[in-house]
Amino acid sequence: MNALTLWFHKIGSPPTFYRIAGALAPWLFGIAFVLGAVALYGGLVMAPRDYQQGDAYRIIFIHVPCAWMSLFAYAFMAVNAFIALVWRIKLSELLAMASAPIGAAFTFVTLVTGSIWGKPMWGTWWTWDARLTSELVLLFLYLGVIGLYHAIEDRRQAARAASFLALIGIVNVPIVHFSVNWWNTLHQGQTVRLMGESKISGDMVWPLLVMALATHVWFFASLFARTRVGLLELEGGKDWAREVALADGGGRS
Amino acid sequence: MTDFLAMGGYGIYIWPAYAVFVVVFAIDAIAPRLRRRRVLADIRGKLRRRQAREATP
Repeated sequence: MNALTLWFHKIGSPPTFYRIAGALAPWLFGIAFVLGAVALYGGLVMAPRDYQQGDAYRIIFIHVPCAWMSLFAYAFMAVNAFIALVWRIKLSELLAMASAPIGAAFTFVTLVTGSIWGKPMWGTWWTWDARLTSELVLLFLYLGVIGLYHAIEDRRQAARAASFLALIGIVNVPIVHFSVNWWNTLHQGQTVRLMGESKISGDMVWPLLVMALATHVWFFASLFARTRVGLLELEGGKDWAREVALADGGGRS
Repeated sequence: MTDFLAMGGYGIYIWPAYAVFVVVFAIDAIAPRLRRRRVLADIRGKLRRRQAREATP
């Protein structure tokens, strides 16, 4: 085995990943929290009022980063689901299953904040147009993966079945992303672009990008915390997990 | 301060949106901690039961 494969196997072994993720997670939560607080200050206090939407546009600073994350989390889940199905790596199964509830949280916040933003700007809480409907389907896909994972008794079989569903659902990700171009929709098009010029001014865009960074860091913090618990649950009978359980204040139970 | 909270008349939309954001991610942060506690207690329980079984002749 070459050095890379060796490293991969070492990281992928449950006790090692448990230890590394445990060291990283609190820092990631802390960094995400600080970045999020800075972004909120920038978005709610420092950014100027929009000439068209007034202050209502300020919902963008949570709505858009959460929407990006709802797709990012799905892509991350699908990649890990693919690895889990092809190579049957235990850690990938857990990573895929741990990203589902986080992705669902981001999707839920996207839908709710979008709805609250829609009321004053469009005059309606909800409309069955392409962007909104495909994002709602995304939430149902997440809930389907979570539900299927919990419906099957054997944890590893459950993870594989749910991974399969996650993989099929990936078709919805480009649909969400391109829906504003493919169909006539009430939802506005892309405002922030990776390529070419963004249609938003600099003092509005920086809180948005800082919040996007904060949500990415948060995703990995929560992912690590959840994957650790998943590893403990799956390997509860192994020595390393017993040592963790006994070290964790064996007195109170 | 009142001006800030009013958000140009859109406060009733903005603050609930931010509240949902904060509450959902507070739950997201707490959920794995609670589950971890339950899983660890479960492992200890299994260990104790096994020790008790082995102790009885």
